[in-house]
Amino acid sequence: MLPEALFFSAVLFVIGVFGVLIRRNAIIVFMCVELMLNAVNLTFIAFAQVYGVAGQVFVFFVMTVAAAEAAVGLAIIIALFRHRQTVNLQNINLLKG
Amino acid sequence: MLPLLQAAAAGTHPLQGTAASWLWAVPLLPFLGFLINGAFSIVSAYHAGPADPTLAHGDGHGDRHGTHDEEHGAHGDDHHQVKRHPFAMLTSIVGPGVLLLSFILTAAIFFAMHGAGEIATPFIQRYFSWMPVGDLKLDAAFQLDQLSMMMMLVITGVGTLIHFFSVGYMQDDPGYPRYFAYLNLFVFFMLLLVLGANFPVMFIGWEGVGTCSYLLIGFWFSDKANADAGKKAFIVNRIGDFGFLIAMFLLFANLGTLDFDAVRAASTSLQFGGALVTAICLFLFLGCAGKSAQIPLYVWLPDAMAGPTPVSALIHAATMVTAGVYLIARTGFLFSIAPVAQIVVVMIGALTAIFAASIGLKQWDIKKVLAYSTVSQLGYMFVGVGSGAYVAGVFHLVTHAFFKALLFLGSGSVIFAMHEAYHHTGSHEDAQDMRNMGGLRAYMPWTWALMWIATLAISGVPPFAGFFSKDEILGGVFARAQHSTIADAHLFGISGSAWLYFAYLLGIVAAFMTATYMTRMMIYTFHGPNRTGDKEREHLHDAPWIMTGPLLVLGILTLAGGWINIPEFARFLGPVGALERWLDPVVGASTQRVIAGAAETSPGLEYGLVGLAVLIAIGGIAYAATRLDPKSLVPKREAVPEEGFEKVLLDKYYVDEIYDAAVVTPVVGTSRGLLWRGVDAGLIDGLAVNGSALFARFVGWIGSQLQSGQLGTYAWVLVIGVLCVLGAVTIR
Repeated sequence: MLPEALFFSAVLFVIGVFGVLIRRNAIIVFMCVELMLNAVNLTFIAFAQVYGVAGQVFVFFVMTVAAAEAAVGLAIIIALFRHRQTVNLQNINLLKG
Repeated sequence: MLPLLQAAAAGTHPLQGTAASWLWAVPLLPFLGFLINGAFSIVSAYHAGPADPTLAHGDGHGDRHGTHDEEHGAHGDDHHQVKRHPFAMLTSIVGPGVLLLSFILTAAIFFAMHGAGEIATPFIQRYFSWMPVGDLKLDAAFQLDQLSMMMMLVITGVGTLIHFFSVGYMQDDPGYPRYFAYLNLFVFFMLLLVLGANFPVMFIGWEGVGTCSYLLIGFWFSDKANADAGKKAFIVNRIGDFGFLIAMFLLFANLGTLDFDAVRAASTSLQFGGALVTAICLFLFLGCAGKSAQIPLYVWLPDAMAGPTPVSALIHAATMVTAGVYLIARTGFLFSIAPVAQIVVVMIGALTAIFAASIGLKQWDIKKVLAYSTVSQLGYMFVGVGSGAYVAGVFHLVTHAFFKALLFLGSGSVIFAMHEAYHHTGSHEDAQDMRNMGGLRAYMPWTWALMWIATLAISGVPPFAGFFSKDEILGGVFARAQHSTIADAHLFGISGSAWLYFAYLLGIVAAFMTATYMTRMMIYTFHGPNRTGDKEREHLHDAPWIMTGPLLVLGILTLAGGWINIPEFARFLGPVGALERWLDPVVGASTQRVIAGAAETSPGLEYGLVGLAVLIAIGGIAYAATRLDPKSLVPKREAVPEEGFEKVLLDKYYVDEIYDAAVVTPVVGTSRGLLWRGVDAGLIDGLAVNGSALFARFVGWIGSQLQSGQLGTYAWVLVIGVLCVLGAVTIR
């Protein structure tokens, strides 16, 4: 059971990474980040089956933080959209050196 | 402070508890004068507003008197009333006053010393530990022995007279307190020089007098020529000081001490005529050549005449320039075991004597004649101390201080009178050129008489002071050429004996020239028709008594100064060889080592030598008196340029030009081209300073390129980084 779960979470994580790397839309990138977090959550759960319940506790923490992050992140994206009329990350480069 | 000093000087010396325990006050008094006069100068400079006439006067005189070579500061403005310095009165009291006190104290110490009988060891006062560094233990200490006592008497005595003269000479100068501040400071450093109990304390004085010399040569610094002359003196002296320093390093490295007493004791371990002691002596002599204006470093002294004339008298004739002679006499215990170095000293001295004398033959500037004469006489002194005749050299130092100070102050009076005369009519003629003088005897009888005394003295006519001292030097060289440790040594394969005979010959010829150029100066200045100008003539007169008084005292000293060391053949004048006996504890042993137990020269030979010297002197005077015709002279502005060898002499053998081409131009060129443009502007500014800034900017540019603002790029970098770390961990 464990190897399959780990493989599945790895696939999810890589999909998330590639999403972050390749996509330009801020919302999609944000969703991919969530995907990565959930891939990690899946790993925690899988290991919790073997090593005890501590992994499940971590998952709750991660979900809490992810929820907070989603709230803040979405708020930022909305503010950004109101300001610039776009959520394309290629156009948002104010921190260029 | 006093109890501390007394405690520090604890010991059982015959001079303990006498006036000599006040030794520290002798240099301190002039230093106090320096502080007070310096304060006057600063305070008055601070209060002088733009509307202050004294300030305008001080700023403007350089341009206004541009056609006069120098000597203009003393005599106010051509067009409006002279305004004296607000502190002139106080300065006139403080400046010479401290010197007078110092002289009185010195005299008291002298009598204490005289009364104490035979004093074999120097009286040393240690004040505090100055530089305790590793093996080097230096005290701030003064040493009183017969030699430094005599120098102190000369410095404070002649110094006091010249200070009084300066009161008259400089009173209308806007920088009056500044002048006296410098002059007092000079005396302080000069006393430090002769009183120092070790080489470094002496070196402080040595450098200090150089600084004061620089300050006073460039006293009228608004004229560029004067400021340049000061710089020249300072820089040429640095070359000599380099030699002095090397000699000190060598002494410390090999003997482990710098106290005169300890070096004297340790010098017995040095090999006679060895390379080490010869090197030390030659480096010391390099220092002397700088300070005492010997070939090849004499060039600064004639230019030093840009300073006020009393300064020329005190610093550049009587005291500072004799410091080299003093140094060799002081370190006679080293020179007497380095015969090769002694030959060098004698030859340089003799060559300088004749070289400078020949230049003096054709100078028109009255002060330039005296300047070259000083260089020449210093050469004589080095012939004396170089050949181990320390007493003779130091004796000439003393008599020279008298008669040369008199000559300089006399010329100061002449220039003063000339300048005042030109000043009355607003003329811009050269007040120092002898072609503009002539016949001054009728207008300045006192100056005329006194300067003739000095001229006879420097020419070596008996019974004036210069006769005894010069004769003793020449006799000493002759005797040592016959038999001495120097005569046995060799330089360039030629025996020391031959060198010394050659030096004697040069000395005799130089003596002839001396008599000639001095008589020439006197004839052109004081005799014949007056060439000053019809309107100016009625303003010529003797200087006021504050100036003529010191001249009179110096005249008496010039007359009788030779009697402090009367030779055997003139025993009817008084006690024979008083100075020789006085200096015996200091230089006696060194002198004995050099003459190596030789018998006295036979009386017949001695009479012959003396007769020859007198004949030469009178011959020189007679030659000048018969050959020169003051009537044919014309004032400077009408004079035709000299030609041939006369022009070479007038232009001082082009030594300055040769130095310019050989040393100054290459050094300046290298400094400008290589060191400034190449090293400083190119390497340091270009590569090091601007280069490092460029490098930092380049690195920053690379960093800023990474900062694209593209979130995608950052993510890529992050992922690749994580992969690299993970990969590295896995592979390991």
